[in-house]
Amino acid sequence: MFFHWLEKNPFFFAAGISIVISFAGLLEIVPNFAEAARPVVDLKPRTVLQLAGKNVYKKDNCISCHSQMIRPFKSETDRYGAYSLSGEYVYDRPFLWGSKRTGPDLHRVGNYRTTDWHENHMWDPPAIVPGSIMPAYKHQFTNLADIETAYAEAVTVKNAFNTPYGPEFKGTRAAWEAHKPKVLEEAKRIADDMKNKDIKEAVARGEVPEVVALIAYLNSLK
Amino acid sequence: MQANAALEYDYSLAKKFTFLTILFGFLGMLVGTIIAAQMAFPELNYLLGEYGTFSRLRPIHTNTVVFGFTVSAIFATWFYVGQRVLKVSMAESRFLMVVGNIQFWLYFVGALLATVSLLFGISSSKEYAQYEWPFDIVVVLVWVLWGFNIMGLIGIRREKALYISVWYYLACFLGIAMLYLFNNMAIPTYFATEGLGSIVHSVSMYSGTNDALVQWWYGHNAVAFGFTVPIVGMIYYFLPKESGQAIYSYKLSLLSFWGLMFVYLWAGSHHLLWSTVPDWMQTMGSAFSIVLILPSWGSAINMLLTMKGEWNQVTENPLIKFMVLASTFYMLSTIEGPIQAIKSVNAIAHFTDWIPGHVHDGVLGWVVFMVMASIFHMAPRMFKREIYSRKLMEMQFWLQTTAVVLYFTSMWIAGITQGMMWRAVDEYGNLMYSFIDTVTVLHPYYAIRALSGVMYLTGFIMFAYNIYKTMTAGRELSEEPQFRTPMA
Repeated sequence: MFFHWLEKNPFFFAAGISIVISFAGLLEIVPNFAEAARPVVDLKPRTVLQLAGKNVYKKDNCISCHSQMIRPFKSETDRYGAYSLSGEYVYDRPFLWGSKRTGPDLHRVGNYRTTDWHENHMWDPPAIVPGSIMPAYKHQFTNLADIETAYAEAVTVKNAFNTPYGPEFKGTRAAWEAHKPKVLEEAKRIADDMKNKDIKEAVARGEVPEVVALIAYLNSLK
Repeated sequence: MQANAALEYDYSLAKKFTFLTILFGFLGMLVGTIIAAQMAFPELNYLLGEYGTFSRLRPIHTNTVVFGFTVSAIFATWFYVGQRVLKVSMAESRFLMVVGNIQFWLYFVGALLATVSLLFGISSSKEYAQYEWPFDIVVVLVWVLWGFNIMGLIGIRREKALYISVWYYLACFLGIAMLYLFNNMAIPTYFATEGLGSIVHSVSMYSGTNDALVQWWYGHNAVAFGFTVPIVGMIYYFLPKESGQAIYSYKLSLLSFWGLMFVYLWAGSHHLLWSTVPDWMQTMGSAFSIVLILPSWGSAINMLLTMKGEWNQVTENPLIKFMVLASTFYMLSTIEGPIQAIKSVNAIAHFTDWIPGHVHDGVLGWVVFMVMASIFHMAPRMFKREIYSRKLMEMQFWLQTTAVVLYFTSMWIAGITQGMMWRAVDEYGNLMYSFIDTVTVLHPYYAIRALSGVMYLTGFIMFAYNIYKTMTAGRELSEEPQFRTPMA
């Protein structure tokens, strides 16, 4: 019998397993790969400050409780805005759809929350939303965002995946030093809308607290 | 060695990994209990400054129970079962012993460092694949070393036919290798530029919808090849051994094994129902999830029928009770999953607490129970001592069973409540509840879940204590027990 033979020949047994488990990946994931990599019209990749904010989002693992995927139901479009499209995500590495909504969806949070709302909310969530079980993220007001890594990320995705960043995005230290003022300028625009004195002073010194980058990212979610 | 002389198996590696299983199990469940409590009582988020928030701790819980507890248990049982079903002792190959010890230390140190990295927020944010690239490399190395050991032991085996458990361990090895490699493909940004920024940071090779598909192909099947396949391998060895009964049906085990191999991976896209993944993939995910009931129940029924005519053992031997309960929870979990994968059910269940509820009746009821039963069976053979206390084992069984029931019932209610409130509209078609209403209403269920966590963790501590006392104070055995595990 075939299976008795197979069970005495480990090489063919292992080969058999490998073939059988490969089908699904090949037939289900690969065919749509190119199609799903097409952006919606006018989609822009995130700025370096927004990328740094996305990395704060990753670092504090906001994905534990927040999704970024509005499903095509009236109850969801009423609550969060237009349902999500595949082409909106093509510059997201990794995707941050999440799998749990302990808190609300954030895919279009930039449409209905403002910088100062986030500032107050990140400092003390239950003060803004009574009954909220979200922890405060006060450390984001003192920790500095890693904007250099965010820049390195932009350059990497430009070179590896043709993400449309401008020609000035090069992987050299000089290019980074030349780009840095633009990041600080964007950070200053965020800080101008905030009340926290320490944040304003830090940005004036040329530092970017995590919360500033995070808010830039959240505002870009539209 | 004479052909018919009894083999002296070498259990040193099985023992080492058993200790790690208990250590990581305790840590993972402790963190799990803490974060469960945080959802009911948010003040508990501030015990450790920025390192103690729910969001930082949650990946530590998941990764410690997956890559710490379960993987240790897979290794521990492999280094016990592998030798016995292949009829060859680890001690016969110095090479394999050295490889196994390197694997142990690399794994132990790597797992600790990776946990610390998550505490500091060094994370790729892909669920159950949060480790950044340096730790991914350690995982791959450990896995390759384990592969050496499986292949090596098979290479020098005396028993020519591979027993069913070996099929499952082999599949675990191959499946996880494939999934882990493809899902964690990333480019380190430091090396892609002139050394700018952080050295541990990387970007995923896939983006958006594609990344989601690869991630859930991985995420769903890490459950398949980590929480199902090797655990089925364990029960195929330990239940017949403990009960002295032969496996009920060889054909059923064939059907379940090859069926599971083929079907499981298709079901990954049921994590992405109603998302921007193409419709046909979602439908495939739903359909294959239903088909998956066949091979899953095939194994579980094969196990239950193995006890045919011997059900009295359930009352006489607590270890049989652990294993029968485990396969029953496996059946519950593998019918619940397909129900949640039906698109209309998923519309309510997705994003709610019903999902963690489902995960936990599987892992707490099936995985952890089966792992503990395996260790209870192995301990007297490895340490040549009787199990310290049968009474403690019985108490632990009921405490933890109650805990699992509290966990999944509270999360079922919480999840369905939340899912229904999100979509509720008034007579004019306006949403009835603001989001925060759907959070505050869950408080009692979160509190019950936290309580169930405390109970389950207590049971696990009782288990650890029982094993510790077995090692140090159990009555010594003059010869290895054949079937039923001796206990005081």
